[in-house]
Amino acid sequence: MLLIFLVLVKGIIFYPIDTPHDNNLAFNIGESIVEVESIAPAPPTNVVAKDKPNDAGGGIIVSWTKSADDGAGRESVIEYQIFRSTSPDEGFELIGTANKGFYRFVDSATKDGTKYFYVVKAFDGMLHSQAVMSEAVASRAQWFHTGRISMLVAVLIISFLVLWFIRKAKRGEELYIRPIAGLEAVDDAVGRATEMGKPIMYIPGILDMDDIQTIASMIILGRVARKAAEYETPLLVPCCRSIVMSAAQETVKEAYLDAGRPDSYDADKIRYLTDDQFGYAAGVDGLMIRETPGAIFYMGAFYAESLILAETGHSTGAIQIAGTAMPSQLPFFVTACDYTLIGEELFAASAYLSREPLLLGSLKGQDFGKAIFIIIIIIGVILATFGFSELAAWLTTG
Amino acid sequence: MKKQIPLIITFIAGMAMIIQYFIPHRPFSDIQQLFNTWFLIITVFAMILGLGNLLKLHTRRLQRRPSGWWYSIVLLIGFAIMFIAGMVWGIERGTPFDYLFWNVHLPMSSMMFALLAFFVASASYRAFRARTPEATLLLVSAILVMIGRVPLGNYIWDKLPLLGDWIMSYPNMAGQRAIMIGIALGVISTSLRIILGIERTYLVGK
Repeated sequence: MLLIFLVLVKGIIFYPIDTPHDNNLAFNIGESIVEVESIAPAPPTNVVAKDKPNDAGGGIIVSWTKSADDGAGRESVIEYQIFRSTSPDEGFELIGTANKGFYRFVDSATKDGTKYFYVVKAFDGMLHSQAVMSEAVASRAQWFHTGRISMLVAVLIISFLVLWFIRKAKRGEELYIRPIAGLEAVDDAVGRATEMGKPIMYIPGILDMDDIQTIASMIILGRVARKAAEYETPLLVPCCRSIVMSAAQETVKEAYLDAGRPDSYDADKIRYLTDDQFGYAAGVDGLMIRETPGAIFYMGAFYAESLILAETGHSTGAIQIAGTAMPSQLPFFVTACDYTLIGEELFAASAYLSREPLLLGSLKGQDFGKAIFIIIIIIGVILATFGFSELAAWLTTG
Repeated sequence: MKKQIPLIITFIAGMAMIIQYFIPHRPFSDIQQLFNTWFLIITVFAMILGLGNLLKLHTRRLQRRPSGWWYSIVLLIGFAIMFIAGMVWGIERGTPFDYLFWNVHLPMSSMMFALLAFFVASASYRAFRARTPEATLLLVSAILVMIGRVPLGNYIWDKLPLLGDWIMSYPNMAGQRAIMIGIALGVISTSLRIILGIERTYLVGK
């Protein structure tokens, strides 16, 4: 067998030819044939194949202990080759490779219930190590994601607390809710715009209705629209997404109906501008300059356009209230707006503004959940400081 | 019934999404992808609504001629050019649509993005005035981080970059994570309210 490769070492061209035995190579140097002893890399050990956990089936993880020549010894290993067969004796096919230094390969093309044997060989570019075979293993789908138990516990705790306080609220118990300055200013902002005879502008962020912040924004829009309808103040809602525009139109329409002012509702005030991020920023900036609103609300998900919008709004002299759960944009809003709802306050707005007992109960439950998690974090920090990282590991979701 | 059906749909969809997060087995594992596909289909149809709204508004502005009505001409012409270029020659590389996208649309978007630098300067000027202890703390932190990230900082004191990194990695990161935890709790609480039908503002304005 003639090996097909060319090696350049110290300026001499070696042409490999048939090897007398497995571990030796013979080279043509000029007109003489020189046999050089060639040693195959040491094989990987402990080759283990097991079903990939927490998946929908179709996956097997093959792992091994690195070859003695991988990163040590002769350092000759360049990759590992993984072969698969349904029989331990024949039919092994190369299904993938893993670079040197790696000791894990995921086979994502298995048929659930079929038993597979895996062989792993170290490869140095010329020679393979001895083949090391795994036990037979079959993939299967799991019915529960064990890496997400901590998340399930957290959801159950929060859900229990929320439902518990909703029940208390239903019984008529008085619930104290911490004051949120940004939300208390909402009515003032609408009133101020009314007194100035200027419209209100409501910007529902740049993400679509599949984002929870946009949904929260629509809920707040309903409250703002109702107040605007009562005061008969025009409400402008420039939208970045078509579905958001449709949802905003319905929300505002219902709010005007609810306030007994259906005739004041103007669907054209809730308009679609563009899906493009900076095109939207330019469009909203233009509207701000032309319409000079008395109050501007930024509620929802924002990215780099946040400061462009908020600074333009600031230059018009409008009272500005922002709310977002995008931590990277919060400093911009805090700087440029009069009030900012930070993170969770955006989600508390609906309950806070409506003062409905059921919604306030959920807000109270949320606050208690936060207190519990603060305690857990403090305990986790103390344990981790003293070298016990089990709690932190358990809280990490897979 | 008009109110009940949306609430039932919301409950089923919400519960399905929660279940699929904890159960990787089929058919639950396919639910998220399936819902995403449905959402994309709805989005495409909703795009027609959005474009219809845009064209209707600007056509009406041309008829009524309010102040600044000529901006509507620019929009309608731009829309028509891009629409015709895309429909007639396609949107592949080398087509007129592609040329207009790279040479007109993208530079204008970049121009808007570039404005951010000036807005950051004006906002920083207001925020960094040391009028209160908090604002002073902000000012000092900002100066340390900014100087620490330029060669001048290293020239002044070789530990200054490390100090800037420490501010970003510990006090700043701790604050950000606290906000993230609050957000996660808010998301769970809001989702629960919507799934259980306690929060209905988005449906009926109540």
